[in-house]
Amino acid sequence: MNGNPPQNRGLTAMDGAMVLIVVLLIVQIWLLSATLESYLAGHRDVAVPGAIISGVLFAACLALYLFVNRVDSEVRKG
Amino acid sequence: MSWFRRRSNAPLWKDEFSVFTADERYVARRQFTKFLTLTSFAMFAGNVWILARSLLRQPPRYSAQTVAAAGEIPIGGVKLFSYPTAEDPCILVRTGDASYVAYSQKCTHLSCAVYYSKEQNRLECPCHQGFFSVADGSVLQGPPQRALPRIVVEQSGGQLIAMRVQEESV
Repeated sequence: MNGNPPQNRGLTAMDGAMVLIVVLLIVQIWLLSATLESYLAGHRDVAVPGAIISGVLFAACLALYLFVNRVDSEVRKG
Repeated sequence: MSWFRRRSNAPLWKDEFSVFTADERYVARRQFTKFLTLTSFAMFAGNVWILARSLLRQPPRYSAQTVAAAGEIPIGGVKLFSYPTAEDPCILVRTGDASYVAYSQKCTHLSCAVYYSKEQNRLECPCHQGFFSVADGSVLQGPPQRALPRIVVEQSGGQLIAMRVQEESV
């Protein structure tokens, strides 16, 4: 079945990427609140892994954004 | 931020606005994705801020302060005092013949003043029913997520002296 026009396929890819970013963002928000809670409780050693994991999640979000940007560029150009 | 924009010779307004109705779906999705990515960056910046705070933090210095005379409080009684500054209310509880415990009086939930319930033998926050153990300050029930900071009290020459704040939770 390949009856889906390229325009709509591009939209589906973008929607999928957006859902993934939302999931990553929810994890990041939870991570920030958990790290802050631990920091305020006096557990300062959680700050390093918290920052590293948050950086990895941000890099994943950025990669997905660049993917969305590319899809948008290709579909609208073509 | 030019790196956040795709490589194109077209002016910015052509990227951010389309004259074709069908293309608006793409523009809207791309812009929403950009917003989500910037929010993700804000979360990352928050984590880096916590990391910087924990790396640059200097250990606090506390001075000894006489809180009460030993025997001044009856068993099960309390005395309120401020430590290490006048803006830090604390509560001293005599739990036994020669045993005393002291905690910050600020609830770790929303900073309401906790009080000692002799009947329940626990520290209670009246605002949102947060209960803390009088033995170690740990949370027994309610919305607080962290234990009460403990004030280390030593007995010397018939005086109870606050030495430092033990912030590490149990």
